[in-house]
Amino acid sequence: MSGPLHPQISLYAAIATRSFRRYSTYTAATLAGIFTNSVFGIILSFAYLALWEQNPSAGGYEADQAVTFVWIGQALLMTVALWSGGSTDDLAERIRTGDIAVDLYRPVSVLGWYLAADLGRGLYHFTTRGVAPAIVGALLFGLVTPSPAGAAGFLVSVVLAVVVSFAVRFLFAASAFWLLDATGPRVLLSVLATFFSGLTLPLNLFPDGLRQVALALPFASYIQTPADIWLGRHTGLDMIAAIGLQVLWAVVLLATCALVLRAATRKVVVQGG
Amino acid sequence: MSLIEVRDLSREFTIRKRAGAFRRTSVVKHAVHDLSFDIEAGEMVGYIGPNGAGKSTTIKMLTGILGPSGGSALVAGLEPSRQRRELARRIGVVFGQRTSLWWDLPLRDSYELLRRIYRIPDQTFRRNLEDHVALLDLGDLMDTPVRQLSLGQRMRGDIAAALLHDPEILYLDEPTIGLDVVSKGRLREFLRALNHERGTTLMLTTHDLQDIEALCDRVIVIDHGTAVFDGPLPSLRANGDASRTLVVDLVDEASPIAIEGARVVKVEGPRQWLAFPAGASAAPLVAQVAAAYDVADLSIHEPDIEDVIRKLYAR
Repeated sequence: MSGPLHPQISLYAAIATRSFRRYSTYTAATLAGIFTNSVFGIILSFAYLALWEQNPSAGGYEADQAVTFVWIGQALLMTVALWSGGSTDDLAERIRTGDIAVDLYRPVSVLGWYLAADLGRGLYHFTTRGVAPAIVGALLFGLVTPSPAGAAGFLVSVVLAVVVSFAVRFLFAASAFWLLDATGPRVLLSVLATFFSGLTLPLNLFPDGLRQVALALPFASYIQTPADIWLGRHTGLDMIAAIGLQVLWAVVLLATCALVLRAATRKVVVQGG
Repeated sequence: MSLIEVRDLSREFTIRKRAGAFRRTSVVKHAVHDLSFDIEAGEMVGYIGPNGAGKSTTIKMLTGILGPSGGSALVAGLEPSRQRRELARRIGVVFGQRTSLWWDLPLRDSYELLRRIYRIPDQTFRRNLEDHVALLDLGDLMDTPVRQLSLGQRMRGDIAAALLHDPEILYLDEPTIGLDVVSKGRLREFLRALNHERGTTLMLTTHDLQDIEALCDRVIVIDHGTAVFDGPLPSLRANGDASRTLVVDLVDEASPIAIEGARVVKVEGPRQWLAFPAGASAAPLVAQVAAAYDVADLSIHEPDIEDVIRKLYAR
């Protein structure tokens, strides 16, 4: 982290830009993904509507808020690379093949590199696979729109969602340094993230006890926190506290990533000749 | 002070093995053991040995991505594992089997990223790009995504990438693996020119002994983690009980030629093969043969270094 700030920022901006461009070359995949997200969104919306008819204002959400929650979930699913598709997939693969050696030979922070790449990717996925299905949802169901402060808070919260999710994925991918293959941990992570991010059901609907735990976990940063800010459930100081918790997780997890990476390069052999 | 100083460098790995249902035993493997050598600026050194001899482990320690468990290495005055990033600005690494380019991006974009990573001054970057692109014939490929390049093209792209920041030392790990003969030849020519014109120090690991013959003045042979030979290529030949071969074509078939200082190893019609020590001169043998027989033709074959090295390993 030595040297002037400016070249560092310009480097990471360049990495993020290239990463954005890299994903944008696969147009067909993006279109297929938008279609899938939209179909998922429609199915979940009808399920939620049925549920909320039985139990109006479940978890403190009105039916239109619940449907909006679904589409925010679909919009952020790829943005935070909840199941896969982030720069951390490249990391796991490069550890497995030993190509990570090439990254380590460079006079640049490996953690900063992959984070910048993931932010570039996240921006691409947000503007395509995030925005497009949300428009479909808005046209079909009519979504709740946020206040200007809510919209601004939402965008900040989404950036933090990508950072937190990146750090969690980085830790799971880095397990490949010791396990040689990170497929198992990645499956476990997908299950945890699906359940605890709010993707399947808003965390506020969880029973007492589990709810408090789930809301405190880093996975809540993925979807639950940005969605609640969009829906106006966190405003004023409450919004700052919610974003503050995301910042805290981001800092703690990134610091852990740095330590793990250092331990890995000290102790562990880069695979292959 | 030498550019690369290696003193009693060792690296051991603990390998755990299953021994029964719950017990595990560990075995300590010495990948590199008490290795010492110096490399001066401007040398071209071949670093060779069989698979598992410790070549890659040595390179990993010299570049700082693996710490030594004993002894020391000093590269350009830096301690690699402690000053990895500082050292990275002064060295270049090329792997035949890995790429440092970005798969989905055109070459131009990869080079642009490297310019920022190494903070290469604009003038240096432009000059190096122009030079290497011309010499490596990459001009038409600059806008092609790396995934669409052939192996040979990608390799050239990788070498240009490794040289953009003017490294003092270039490590090449199997740089010609998988390349056709023409590509190999051009690559060797480029590396030779790089060494002569810019004084770049080259350290090359390879299984292709023609790489060594074409490029290296000096060879370090490593086996079981220890250097078993370190010296110029001709003395490697002399060292390994190598023999040269005098091939004699007689006018007529004859019984095996009996002369002093050589022995017949093979007879095929009028052609006979005589082996003699690599260090000895061929002149007296030729004179003896010519005096005693009707000779149609003569030729001398140098020992194959592959044979020489095989003999070294066998010791």
